[in-house]
Amino acid sequence: MLETIWFVLWGLLWAIYFMLDGFDLGAGTLLPFIAKDEQEKRLVYKSMGPFWDGNEVWLITAGGVTFAAFPTAYAVMFSSLYSALMLVLFALIIRGVALEYRNKVEGHGWRDGWDILLFVGSAAPALLFGVAFANIFQGIPIDTEGVYRGTLFTLLNPYGLLGGLLFLCLFCYHGAVWLAIKSFGELKERAIIFAKVLWVPLLILAVAFLVASWFATNLYANYLAIPVLWIVPAIAVVGLLATRWFLEQGALWNTWFASSAVAVGATLFGVVGLFPNLLPSSLDPKASLTIYNAASSPLTLKIMLGVALIMVPVVIAYQIWVYHTFRHEVTAEELVNGEGY
Amino acid sequence: MEVLILSRLQFAAATFFHFLFVPLTLGLSILVAIMQTKWYTSGDEEYKRMAKFWGKLFLINFGLGIVTGITLEFQFGTNWSRYSAYVGDIFGSLLAIEATLAFFLESTFIAVWVFGWERISPKLHLASIWLVAFASNMSAYWIISANAWMQHPVGYVVRNGRAELSDFIAVITQRFAVIEFIHTVSGAYILAGFFVMGISAYHLLKKQHVSFFSKSFRLALAFALIFSLFEVVQGHLNGAEVAATQPTKLAAMESHWKTEKYAPIYAFVIPKLSGEGNLVQILPIPGALSMLAYHTPSAEVKGLSDFKPEDRPPVFLTFAAFRTMVALGFLFVVLTIYGFVIRKKLTEHPKYLRIMLLAIPLPYIANEAGWMLAEVGRQPWLVWGLMRTSAGVSPVDPSQVAVSLIAFILFYGLLGAVAFWLMARFAKKGPAPATAAA
Ligand code: HDD
Ligand code: HEM
Ligand code: HEM
Repeated sequence: MLETIWFVLWGLLWAIYFMLDGFDLGAGTLLPFIAKDEQEKRLVYKSMGPFWDGNEVWLITAGGVTFAAFPTAYAVMFSSLYSALMLVLFALIIRGVALEYRNKVEGHGWRDGWDILLFVGSAAPALLFGVAFANIFQGIPIDTEGVYRGTLFTLLNPYGLLGGLLFLCLFCYHGAVWLAIKSFGELKERAIIFAKVLWVPLLILAVAFLVASWFATNLYANYLAIPVLWIVPAIAVVGLLATRWFLEQGALWNTWFASSAVAVGATLFGVVGLFPNLLPSSLDPKASLTIYNAASSPLTLKIMLGVALIMVPVVIAYQIWVYHTFRHEVTAEELVNGEGY
Repeated sequence: MEVLILSRLQFAAATFFHFLFVPLTLGLSILVAIMQTKWYTSGDEEYKRMAKFWGKLFLINFGLGIVTGITLEFQFGTNWSRYSAYVGDIFGSLLAIEATLAFFLESTFIAVWVFGWERISPKLHLASIWLVAFASNMSAYWIISANAWMQHPVGYVVRNGRAELSDFIAVITQRFAVIEFIHTVSGAYILAGFFVMGISAYHLLKKQHVSFFSKSFRLALAFALIFSLFEVVQGHLNGAEVAATQPTKLAAMESHWKTEKYAPIYAFVIPKLSGEGNLVQILPIPGALSMLAYHTPSAEVKGLSDFKPEDRPPVFLTFAAFRTMVALGFLFVVLTIYGFVIRKKLTEHPKYLRIMLLAIPLPYIANEAGWMLAEVGRQPWLVWGLMRTSAGVSPVDPSQVAVSLIAFILFYGLLGAVAFWLMARFAKKGPAPATAAA
């Protein structure tokens, strides 16, 4: 029971992470394509300013919770995905530094350099997270000793790449909607157009991924056994349709909430299908890591549950307060002499 | 074997780099919060400018503290997977709690502080910088209790082929953790104090913004003086704790080879790079080591020769790190006491100011040396007495680790250069003029 609760929490943490960091990874990826001049570039940076760091802590927490609740899975997953994870980490470093340092010095070379790094540092994690999760859904070649029997290229199989593209496209869409909310003038209009255009490949990729999952993975077994679970992918699908509808209405916040539902629904679709596996082995089902053979002791799970039940709602409360406080459009005046970026 | 060496080097590079930024975060957040509090209570605009100026430097530093920390958190899984699986029950939960309790708080409220000057009430804004200071110092407690558990494991049982938690309270309140925490944060406060004093000295030497930087200097001086004095006394307790729990580390710290009563400390020692014994050891202070370690001159102190070679840590590094830290610790006391004496007429002592400018790197060296001692001295154990470092490493391909290690070094080298260049630039530029819009 404790293991199941933690499995659900684990899935939720990743879902919240993708929902939140998703939009700023997406906005960073869009930067070179969407912003035409210096003022617009600053707008893109400012739109993420108060949020990206708090969003990234969800990743640290998701990682920390994997470590605490399912240490064996943490160990095998992260050492198996060694190179992919290192690439993600370096990308996140570059990106964080680009956000913090870009506007600290005037000068074209300096700023253009950081802009490129922000793009690389945002696009790479978006893509790689998708590749990694698709591979986890599908199973990776680990043996019963927990040793990974593949290479970085094993992960770049068609299903993995499809997952990567889906995440990249989803984050870009999510980011375009965020930019539409936070910016003004031409950038705002352009962001809306970007969102409208991006929605089409997003729909195609989503359908392709759902179909490919049928052939490449075992995810649907749980859904066939317990039909009420179909609600989870339904959230993603309804979100995907609703977000386009709201976009047409010009209801930007609702558009963003709907695309958040897509991120959460898509992540949980895989997580629910995975249960009770955390990391299926493609070599030998006995080598799969499940919530039973990878979990921490009941005492640790209980203590952690206490901490999570008290602290996570508190965190959510003050993060909502921050989103609320900084929900406004960035103003022209702020761009000139505001604090921060 | 290769994976082991490469992973150790990589972890060392990553933590050292992380700890170039962490201490300033711990200390300067408090100093900035104090400055802003003074502005809030007295209305003196100069304190507001101080909070903004030092806050800028704080942010440049903070950015790198964050991004380098993330890699550390994941390296336990990538490079030390056997370790993670073995101790995750205890160690993993401390890291997870650190993230939920502390990282969220600080990364959320630092943004509120940066972007909130015009948006929220001054009271909330002041609260947010205090929350940042509180959260970063609290984060240190959790990570240090994790480290202390590796140094001195308590509250666990070995079951199901791994270490499982049996007493959580024992883990987070054990003496080793408390002492290690106090010592580390005090070292961080010294560093922040010297940082502010050094930059203030630069401007005072140029006789610019004299009032602004005299105030900054004196505030930082008070901070650094208190903690320098405290650190020397408390460091001694730290040594006694090591003596009680890690006899090989104690012996390596002093390069002490022969088990004896009335063990001396030699004022001057050069250990051999390899092999047993010291090249040079002169000027013994009889009984000093026994006294420091066990508070009685007659106590017996175990020498390294009594431990099997495979149970000894690398002696030279451990020894050199300890001596460096202690020497610097005493130097900080001298420098801050002198500063206290002349605090009213700083600009009349350009020599002192020049020394303080040059002294900025010294607390960095002391802090890194302290960690070198703590971590290298812990070898060959990854978890003292429970798991050897060689047993904890991931079963990954050495070429992967070689590539990531090279990437770390190149990448961190560049980032470090950019960060210090930026800080130097802002530090030299000085505060915004008083007339500029807030
Ligand atoms: C400005 C920084 C600074 C200064 C002046 C000192 N230390 Fe220190 N020391 C540290 C910064 C530090 C540190 C980086 O914070 C360490 C690493 C781990 C820890 O607990 O603190 C440390 C570790 C450390 C340890 C090892 C603890 C362990 O192995 O877990 C001992 C025995 C001492 N210190 C003793 C001293 C003594 C006797 C000092 C007297 C002058 C002293 N330190 C000054
Ligand atoms: C507080 C949390 C910390 C934890 C949990 C931790 C854990 C570890 C681990 C797992 C290793 C690898 C195994 C080994 O070689 O010992 C290691 C090595 C090392 N750590 Fe730490 N560390 C911590 C903090 C630090 C900090 C802040 C520094 C310094 C800045 C540091 C310096 C080192 C060094 C130099 C090594 C290499 C020692 C050697 O291999 O000889 N550690 N530590
Ligand atoms: C070796 C083990 C360590 C790990 C795994 C680790 C992990 C982390 C992580 C994940 C962050 C980023 C947090 C964020 O984004 O907000 C961070 C930053 C930080 N860490 Fe470490 N850390 C280690 C050692 C230490 C030690 C020994 C201390 C204190 C003495 C410390 C104190 C801090 C502080 C003050 C920051 C500054 C920025 C921030 O917290 O956000 N860390 N660390």
